[in-house]
Amino acid sequence: MADTEDAGTSSVSEPLDLVRLSLDEIVFVKLRGDRELKGRLHAYDSHCNLVLGDVEETIYVVEDDDNEEETIRTIKKQEEMLFVRGDSVVLISPQA
Amino acid sequence: MENGASSEGKDPSAFLSEIIGAPVTVKLNSGVVYKGELQSVDGYMNIALEKSEEFVNGRLTRIYGDAFIRGNNVLYISAH
Repeated sequence: MADTEDAGTSSVSEPLDLVRLSLDEIVFVKLRGDRELKGRLHAYDSHCNLVLGDVEETIYVVEDDDNEEETIRTIKKQEEMLFVRGDSVVLISPQA
Repeated sequence: MENGASSEGKDPSAFLSEIIGAPVTVKLNSGVVYKGELQSVDGYMNIALEKSEEFVNGRLTRIYGDAFIRGNNVLYISAH
């Protein structure tokens, strides 16, 4: 951990630095399968495994209604603590 | 083990480090497109973008101040 500490905490020299700078902050995470998460980033690793707290999960479901028109329904779920496996992560963005 | 392109060309990662700071288009395997300023790339092709716009089916869907994209989702990176 020493090298991450003294290498200039505000620098973004590799992409994961962006995630490191978001520790203990609220992040938006886009997952495979039309799912999104918003929560506080407690931990991450190089696989993008994430531990998120106070999470709101949004799932987008495409439905065919009676007129055979496609409507998008959103399902929201609240989770107190979530471990996300890295391979389902598409994008991570700090929420200003 | 010289390849034909070695005289004028560089390897792909040299191209990537050359376009750091430039506006780029990133297309994912899902078809989603991100346009923004390339902050950094690593060996996995993880990408950090600044001031990026997300396009789904050509429609602007979201704007991110900063975005980290996991490399396995990347189809291509284009400098323009």
